[in-house]
Amino acid sequence: MTLNRPPKRSPEWWLTLPSLGWLALFFLIPAALIFLIAFRPALPNGGIGAGWSLAAVKSLLDPSYPMVIWRTIWVSASATALCLGLGVPVAYYIARLPAAKRRWVLLLIILPFWSNFLIRILAWQTLLHSEGPLKQTLELLHIMDPRTTLLYNVWVVLTVLVYTELPFAILPIYAAAEKFDFSLLDAARDLGASQFRAFWTVFLPGIKRGLLTALLVVLIPAFGTYAITDLVGGTQAEMIGNVIARRVLSDKNYPQASALSAALCLVILTPMLVALFTQRRKPKAQTSNSN
Amino acid sequence: MKRSLAPAWITILVIIFFYIPTLTLVIQSFNSAKYGGAWQGFTLDWYRKLMHEREVWRAVQNSLWVAAYSTLGATVLGTLGAWMLNRYRSKLQHAHYTLMYAPLMVPEILMGISLLMFFVNLGLPLGLPTIILAHITFCVSYVCFTVMGRLQDFDESLIHAAQDLGARWPVIIWKILLPLLGPGILAGALLAFTLSIDDFVITFFTSGPGSTTLPVYIYSAIKKGSLATINALSVLMMLITFTIVLVSNHFINRRDGV
Repeated sequence: MTLNRPPKRSPEWWLTLPSLGWLALFFLIPAALIFLIAFRPALPNGGIGAGWSLAAVKSLLDPSYPMVIWRTIWVSASATALCLGLGVPVAYYIARLPAAKRRWVLLLIILPFWSNFLIRILAWQTLLHSEGPLKQTLELLHIMDPRTTLLYNVWVVLTVLVYTELPFAILPIYAAAEKFDFSLLDAARDLGASQFRAFWTVFLPGIKRGLLTALLVVLIPAFGTYAITDLVGGTQAEMIGNVIARRVLSDKNYPQASALSAALCLVILTPMLVALFTQRRKPKAQTSNSN
Repeated sequence: MKRSLAPAWITILVIIFFYIPTLTLVIQSFNSAKYGGAWQGFTLDWYRKLMHEREVWRAVQNSLWVAAYSTLGATVLGTLGAWMLNRYRSKLQHAHYTLMYAPLMVPEILMGISLLMFFVNLGLPLGLPTIILAHITFCVSYVCFTVMGRLQDFDESLIHAAQDLGARWPVIIWKILLPLLGPGILAGALLAFTLSIDDFVITFFTSGPGSTTLPVYIYSAIKKGSLATINALSVLMMLITFTIVLVSNHFINRRDGV
């Protein structure tokens, strides 16, 4: 549609500059800065010293880190698995409802998530509080020792992480499931596939794109979890985000915080870049097809 | 053929899982026990106390200003960016697309820390302006992809037709682009506003003294353990957002029905 016009370079350049320049200045340069500051020395009373140093990068070998990194990985991976595991049946169920009902169930699912992120964490704190309703009930039933607490452990972090991320997993899976042709499932059944097999070999591959989006939408924020662990997790459930925040907020050791952030950044970006270069510009290709 | 009941049951359990914490919060906001313990009778004290908390209302004001400026900035940049990405296919746009996509792939805490380092290095004092710069940055991509979704259905020959008929750009923008792309831009702007109002992590790292936004205020109140008034505040906030969502949903339903 634009091909029949002579290529005009200059308006393209000038009109692209605002958004491109903004993101270069406030996203790309700050990101690059982290990799630079990781090689600067830290001042004893906080701040960044002059010259270069490997101290911050070497601090990544701190013996307490492998535990934190391992916890970050398994909690994020479990949260993602749970969100996909719950998201698929929910999306499947909603997509098969009659259209009028669909919108209401969908609204019911999204509604609690229009409240602030911190309020959602606070709600869990209220629920699990030592004098909160759940603990009291469990004590009355003699299931729980009054001295133990429901809060401040890694399972609470996992639960709250699933709670906050699940709707964002359901939505892309639902978007894919809504476009799925369910008669394919009936066809598979007619051809003798079991219900489970039809689901596994026909439905899941059919909503692949939605699953991939859901995976990223849950996994990426999970890797950076900070507020949830800080408010309901306690020190035993610390993740990388908490260590980074502590280096920034209480130690003011910016080089160490940068080194950790840079490491986290690499862990996340490497698979992304690989994915980006293997399936380059797929969204664009699709667009031109649909036009 | 019999369909499995499992998806229905899982959906019901998930919805219960979604509502139990929220309902507890609502009930506790009327509980006269100070630390949200066992039920000690109905009270509206926490709501009354909340009305007199000056800090809350200052935080609300800060949040609204930040959201307004960020929405404005992100909507202009994101819409223009979407237009360019949709119109041209070039190396420049490939870089543009990658840069637009990348912020969505980075956890908030990384963006917060890197912006903090950036501002510290520039010697910019942290405050509302730095928060707004940060918010525009993370909202641009969301606006851009929302608007791009609408642009894909946009027929560019309309512009050529208008040009052939002698229309100038201001007229084209006013008579063609805004009416057709308005809903997309509005959706992007609403998304930016919501994201900005809701953001905690990036705001937390780019805010300074006196620039407390509502989420940052809630965070420090939870940390301090003054939960009772915060429960009341949360219920009020939920009430407002739910009303907005239900009303807008009602209008969307009606429009789709026509």
